[in-house]
Amino acid sequence: MSRGSEKGAPRGNQTLRRIAFGAAGIVLLVVLWELYKALGPASGVVVGDLTILPRTTDLAMPHVWDMVGRLFENSGGGRNAAPVWVDVLQASVFTLGVAAVGWVVGVVVGMLLAVLMQRFRTAESAVLPWIILSQTVPLIAIAPLVRRWGSQLEFGDFTWENWMSVAVIASYLAFFPVSIGALRGLNSPDTIHVELFRSYGVGWWRTLFTLRLPASVPYLLPALRLAAANAVIGTVVAEVSIGLRGGLGRMIIEFAQQASGDPAKTWAPIFGAIAVGLVAAGFIALLGVLLRRYRRGEVPA
Amino acid sequence: MSEAPAASATQPVTATDVAAAVQVTGVDKVFVGKKKATVTALENIDLTVAPGEFVSLIGPSGCGKSTLLRLIADLDTPSTGSVTVFGKTARQARIDQEYGIAFQQAGLLPWRTVTGNIELPLELHKVGSAARKARSAELLALVGLSDFAESYPDQLSGGMQQRVAIARALAESPRLLLMDEPFGALDEMTRERMQTELVKITAETGAAVVFVTHSIPEAVYLSNRVVVMSPRPGRIRDILTVSLGSAAERNEQLRENEAFFENVSKVRELLHGEAPVGVRGVETR
Repeated sequence: MSRGSEKGAPRGNQTLRRIAFGAAGIVLLVVLWELYKALGPASGVVVGDLTILPRTTDLAMPHVWDMVGRLFENSGGGRNAAPVWVDVLQASVFTLGVAAVGWVVGVVVGMLLAVLMQRFRTAESAVLPWIILSQTVPLIAIAPLVRRWGSQLEFGDFTWENWMSVAVIASYLAFFPVSIGALRGLNSPDTIHVELFRSYGVGWWRTLFTLRLPASVPYLLPALRLAAANAVIGTVVAEVSIGLRGGLGRMIIEFAQQASGDPAKTWAPIFGAIAVGLVAAGFIALLGVLLRRYRRGEVPA
Repeated sequence: MSEAPAASATQPVTATDVAAAVQVTGVDKVFVGKKKATVTALENIDLTVAPGEFVSLIGPSGCGKSTLLRLIADLDTPSTGSVTVFGKTARQARIDQEYGIAFQQAGLLPWRTVTGNIELPLELHKVGSAARKARSAELLALVGLSDFAESYPDQLSGGMQQRVAIARALAESPRLLLMDEPFGALDEMTRERMQTELVKITAETGAAVVFVTHSIPEAVYLSNRVVVMSPRPGRIRDILTVSLGSAAERNEQLRENEAFFENVSKVRELLHGEAPVGVRGVETR
């Protein structure tokens, strides 16, 4: 709650410090990686038959600068002459687009479910267990089903495409935190606020839009952030299991197959996935700034 | 000492056929808990509040004074008996916005400015924005917060928040104000200042007030009549008419007045059912 005011007027100094700490975290990670690579045993740390720390060969742990450098070299043989980062960027944009569609669908479905559960207590008892159960079904299991069902859909000129299956799976992961977070948020107004609205003689819908939705924002924002992360992960995984070309999922598999000859290249699409995640998180942060007036806390009297 | 009264001497009712602001007749309230255990919160309550009259409900915790207020506000319904507000059923009175309400917590919406909070009931009832602006400016002046129109609730002190809540309750110029320990969470000094302001405001607006409190001096200072309640089951033990002059005549000097202390002692006597002990006029919370 108090974070709202902190973000509302950040001191220049504090912002700088935060950036410095963030950068220091990355540097620390690089230093740890390189330090272990330089000092650790080539065959890794093995206890009994169990490898608890990885091998330090160039194959298993390429130098950080090799990974980054590889991004700026050409992708491979003659037919595909663009630098790796161009390919990764294209795949990232594609994946981000599909994830965004999945996120939007997931947020809409999640919100609708939450509103339904808030309105009808029986709906909450009937639907909530299924919402939680839905998340225990492995993605790999539902991916082929979604694809098969989708391919049977046809309305006039509309045909189901594979990317839509991927978006549906992404939304399947994204709706969950939204429905749970929004339900908590919609139920968050104090009794006194609810009774105040009752004393005004206004109906449930007006109460929803004037009281419950604004009050749910502090609960909704973390849920939306989780949903964004879930949508990105769901998209990448679903791209692999459905076999959709053009995104990061397939690229990770393709590059991993070349790992024995080109270990640094494997990391390129992983950087892409991180970038996609950062863009998604940045979007939610922006949303948080736009909604900052709903994140103020009332100081108790 | 006790009266079963319609209007007090200080607030004369102009016409005899004017409906009472609040008429509570033979009300019981029984709460049914888990395993069918019942709690009788109110038993056989009869109370009439005249238009423009200030009535306090006082009693120990659990005497049902808040429950009675909630029945008048139609936030709960009586088990038996009837509650009418200006001649209408409590439900109809709520729908017609016959009353304004304030609680112990200010209950402001944290995402709305002070102005936005005061305009909330007007907005919900589709009052035009120009009329809203004019009304909120007027109310802000009334509660002395004109400089804080664009502040957010978290930037205000507890007393200021409570003043905003009172302004919000007054927004639709109700003829009846229902207040449930509105100053309960404030410090003593703020509390006394707010009491003086409330007396001033009710004098200006001419609204009837039903005021729940467990502070004896507060009840005596504010009220035309003090309703003393006893707990478990909640009953009206007695009703004391306080004759300390009209609202316009009440000011800070009244707190040092001999008649004020006399009334405080009487209420205390009624509450405890015995002769008063201890220092007079001291807060007994």
